[in-house]
Amino acid sequence: MIKLFKELTKGIFKENPVFVIVLGLCPALAVSTSLENAIGMGIAATFVLFFSNLIISSLRKFVPDKIRIPCFIVVIASFVTIVELLMAAFAPLLAKRLGIFVPLIVVNCIIMGRAEAFASRNKVLPSIMDGLGMGVGFTLALSSVALIRELLGNGTLLGHNILTNFNPAGIMVLAPGALMTLGILIAINNLIKNRKK
Amino acid sequence: MELKLFLTVIISMIFINNFILSKFLGLCPFLGVSRNIKPAISMGAAVIFVMTLSGIITWLLYRFILLPFNITYLRTITFILVIATFVQFAEMVILKKSPILYRTLGIYLPLITTNCAVLGVTVLNINNFFVKGQAVAFSFALSLVQSVFAGVGFTLALLLMSGIRERLELNDMPECFKGIPIAFLVASLISLAFMGFNGFRF
Repeated sequence: MIKLFKELTKGIFKENPVFVIVLGLCPALAVSTSLENAIGMGIAATFVLFFSNLIISSLRKFVPDKIRIPCFIVVIASFVTIVELLMAAFAPLLAKRLGIFVPLIVVNCIIMGRAEAFASRNKVLPSIMDGLGMGVGFTLALSSVALIRELLGNGTLLGHNILTNFNPAGIMVLAPGALMTLGILIAINNLIKNRKK
Repeated sequence: MELKLFLTVIISMIFINNFILSKFLGLCPFLGVSRNIKPAISMGAAVIFVMTLSGIITWLLYRFILLPFNITYLRTITFILVIATFVQFAEMVILKKSPILYRTLGIYLPLITTNCAVLGVTVLNINNFFVKGQAVAFSFALSLVQSVFAGVGFTLALLLMSGIRERLELNDMPECFKGIPIAFLVASLISLAFMGFNGFRF
């Protein structure tokens, strides 16, 4: 039980996919213009991670080693298609704003990475926990980038005005702001890690 | 008239909507391979090659198979499979026909499968050049041009970055900024410079 819990929490801090392993950067930067987009993207990716880990770990004994990568891709792509259709039906506005990045969840290195490094070698239950933890870690990382960018770039959070009397720095919601924010966040993370040693 | 259309796509793909610097597609290889200039050039060549051919194949598949049979929701699965198979196939052909080129591209070829820039350009082709399930005028040629020059833009950004990072190696900076964080800050400044192309109109 404790071990399962560990699988869940390691993705959130110790092995955070974005800040520590530095994977899945493209969506982390592209959709973090607002907190709402970031949370939407995080939930979509968590859904895919959860189910792809579930299926891949239960199939791990039947899939021949040589063709495992194409098999993983098919499993992941099916769940991404499900998310695409669900999002278009139930959250069309969000689907429109995330645009091309919804189908691009397929090539999100985090999902492929977890399938290869964890789900294909472990039992079903730990794999599910791992997927869930990584998904939550990804969502948190995305949200923290988005929080900074939305606050400084628009003065809002989830669409509510937070900073009044404040001249928003438009650059933060544009491309350079995203790169800068993530760079500084990773540097801070490194700093904390170095201190602990 | 047509020429203007093509020019717009070319300029937009290389400068205004540069895949790495303004659309954030293909960041992983951008950070991984941009330490030296030589591998950056090989990676750029490999990406242009794969993008062009998968752009052609996916357009044909979408137009002549997915659309007529009304199964466009299978787009993501089909495209990623096409790209993955195609990369494997390209690897085998290059190994047989030109071992020298194979050695230059080396490990970068298989890595391209998970490069979101390749899947990105194929999806963008479909989004931009098909309106309501109909191919727009010059759809195929425009897709081809867009695929090639997206690759060129990717290579340009990769080269700029690797030139700067080669020099950064020698500089003294805070420990926590070494490696990836400083690469991000540099990318941010390059992207700021590229924003100057935003006002570019014909």
